[in-house]
Amino acid sequence: MPEAGIPGPGLKGEGVTGRGISRRQVLMLAPLGAAAAAGVGFWSMLSGMGSGRFDPHDIHAPAVNRQVPDFDLPSQAPGTGFSSRQLAAQTSPVLVNFFASWCIPCVLEAQTLAGLGRVLPIWGIAYKDHADNAAGFVTRTGNPYARLAADSDGLSAIDWGVSGVPESFLVLPGGLIRWHVAGPLTPEIIDGGLMPVLRAAPR
Amino acid sequence: MKAVRRLVACLWLACCVVAMPLAAGAVDDPQEMLANPAQEARAETIGAQLRCLVCQNESIEDSGADLARDLRHVVRVHVAAGESNRQIIAWMVQRYGNFIRLRPPLNTVTLLLWAMPVLALLGGAFAATAAWRTRRTTAAPLTDAEQKRLSDLLEPGR
Repeated sequence: MPEAGIPGPGLKGEGVTGRGISRRQVLMLAPLGAAAAAGVGFWSMLSGMGSGRFDPHDIHAPAVNRQVPDFDLPSQAPGTGFSSRQLAAQTSPVLVNFFASWCIPCVLEAQTLAGLGRVLPIWGIAYKDHADNAAGFVTRTGNPYARLAADSDGLSAIDWGVSGVPESFLVLPGGLIRWHVAGPLTPEIIDGGLMPVLRAAPR
Repeated sequence: MKAVRRLVACLWLACCVVAMPLAAGAVDDPQEMLANPAQEARAETIGAQLRCLVCQNESIEDSGADLARDLRHVVRVHVAAGESNRQIIAWMVQRYGNFIRLRPPLNTVTLLLWAMPVLALLGGAFAATAAWRTRRTTAAPLTDAEQKRLSDLLEPGR
């Protein structure tokens, strides 16, 4: 802030000098302090994004530790459809995977799912897909799905809080969603996120 | 002067005319709309407060994304079923979290965000007062020695 045209000598006199300087110091330090606070904030956000502790795009936190929504979806060839009751009645954890034949990341994810399907049952839900296209996609990519349902109008997916495919939910016996990822499953996400949760899950 | 004023008025009018179609909602497919105009207006009010989760910076009323269209449909189903605005937004928040609200609720996380206009105003007022006071400080009268030196400088010949 520019000091208004009065040179040093004008401010002489005990009280004025003391107050003037301290006020000026406050005015100089306030922006510095604000900048420092903002810097610490930004640094912690960025480092959190780097380490995966903070993800501004993780918009689906509400799904975790919730019951699966009510649904009863018809079969999608070559599998058999399922309902929320059948999902909750399982005695071991199940991975519910939303996918579509028109979704490019789903193609990449398919290889990962094929490996994962040997360890953990995967129940697939074809999201807003044509039955023939979905069946062709599943067959082509080696069908990792123990059961396969179709959500052709995508309304059940909204109940799950799905915003795009692929998305996966780990569902415990009783129907509790314990873990969730919005995006394709990768070996890193499986090892770093899914597997620790699965090991900790009650059997 | 009169001419300038008239020009400004014309410019304003032009701006308003241009902005009007933009302000109207983006839902232009009559098949999506509810038959009851009051219900449709309510659905548009709710939709304007909900974020499209695909484009993330548009409301579901403005977005052309597939998911936004589905969410618009869901909102209209709930409106037609007679639910209140609050109930419908709560239904969305339950599934997608507060992220879906374009107008975030006041809580401990958003306190600073909501308080910022007031804080900025207070900061500005403080800075303005400080500047005003500094400017008002009058110079202390010159001592005899200073007065003499000033005279010497101004009129070196005397």
